[in-house]
Amino acid sequence: MSQWIEACGVDDVEDEDLIRFDHEGRTFAIYRSPDALFYATDGLCTHEQVHLADGLVMDHIIECPKHNGRFDYRTGEAKGAPVCVNLKTYPVKVEDGRVLVDIACARR
Amino acid sequence: MITGPITVLDTSSNGPAVRQRNYDLTGADARDAVERGLASAEWYHTDVPRKEMKTLMKRSDTPAIRDTIVWLGGMVLFAVIAAALWPSWWSAPFFLVYGVLYGSATDSRWHECGHGTAFKTRWMNDAVYQIASFMIMRNPVTWRWSHARHHTDTIVVGRDPEIAVMRPPDLARLILNVFGVVDAWHALIDMTRNAAGRLSAAEQDFIPEMEQRKVIRVARIWVAIYAATLGLAIVVNSILPFLLIGGPRLYGAWHHVMTGLLQHGGLAEDVTDHRLNSRTVLMNPVSRFIYWNMNYHVEHHMFPMVPYHALPKLHELIKHDLPAPNPSIFDGYREMLPAFLRQLRYDDYFIKRELPPTAKPYREEFHGPANPLSTDN
Repeated sequence: MSQWIEACGVDDVEDEDLIRFDHEGRTFAIYRSPDALFYATDGLCTHEQVHLADGLVMDHIIECPKHNGRFDYRTGEAKGAPVCVNLKTYPVKVEDGRVLVDIACARR
Repeated sequence: MITGPITVLDTSSNGPAVRQRNYDLTGADARDAVERGLASAEWYHTDVPRKEMKTLMKRSDTPAIRDTIVWLGGMVLFAVIAAALWPSWWSAPFFLVYGVLYGSATDSRWHECGHGTAFKTRWMNDAVYQIASFMIMRNPVTWRWSHARHHTDTIVVGRDPEIAVMRPPDLARLILNVFGVVDAWHALIDMTRNAAGRLSAAEQDFIPEMEQRKVIRVARIWVAIYAATLGLAIVVNSILPFLLIGGPRLYGAWHHVMTGLLQHGGLAEDVTDHRLNSRTVLMNPVSRFIYWNMNYHVEHHMFPMVPYHALPKLHELIKHDLPAPNPSIFDGYREMLPAFLRQLRYDDYFIKRELPPTAKPYREEFHGPANPLSTDN
């Protein structure tokens, strides 16, 4: 069952960047790709539970700020050591300039 | 007597005055660190606006390609000249330069490419990482995981597998390692054990099971390379192959040991603020090329995403919040060596570096009360 939650405005995230979004004790990362599409994943790296919001977005890769573990934020795929476990991703849609995340439909 | 305004020497500690440290990753101090919240803790960071940090983190191939051409080109040049002059003593200075490029510059290349920050292009990082790992004799899989732990739990006793100087300091080991003796010996033992299909308890502790087969595969490839080098040495009846492969890890190690000890030597253990356990030292351009700017070590630990070529800019941006850097390698040793000697008698002793008035104070609730003593004690 879907649970769409408003995360931010489209202008709150720069191209090729991300922001943190917290909701009811859970934390997420909201990405804006170089081609201005939005994506959402769990906020914490699966390696050492460091928040990805301070990380670096390069094309469609998010790099963890602590150990440089890399994920494809579109699919959550871990791209090699030191991350071995994929990130959960969430469906995203944009309505009236707002970014909404379906936090009930995690995919890994 | 230690002079200079930037440090005070502190014998206060976070625990009892005397305790037997256990640096084993599976020992009592490892469990204690977890119970005390020191494992995977939240560390202090200087505030840097996101926009500026994004600029600093930006990746580029250009500086690392340039430096790698100089590094590998220099190695080829000096190796060819040294081999041509061998066995004359005139070959010695060329071997010494080649040795530093092989046995020291590889330490920083291994490190920076392991972080994946040296080059923008991933395969370039991976290629230089594999080459440098072989030369510095660090299994690229094992050491990737050990270095991740080093960044998670920097100088936390029982958690950090890369504490170069444990307390009390083993000075004989330090001196032998100027020529790589202890490190190379242990590397050979580890390589042999791994090639035989076995991992130590510590390796099994910090390397995920799914990665452990890779450790063994790399070790077997390396054994084959060293066996081929030995075979060549026998065929040509000369030690020349070992002066070019393997040997430089010994006679060229001094520079990376000299710079590496300064990273954390004599500073605090079991804290969660890199300003307390890491040291930034200003260095000459040659050493900074060999060391790939890792002399900015507080900055590197605080923000490991920033590539080596941007560390001087990062230093300028956050130096108001850090202890003043040591102005030279000599000054760093003048601060560190007396601390080592004192730790022989008082192993709770460490150097606590003063922060400038513009800095946020150390979190004393984590790091214990400051109890500065006279610097000439």
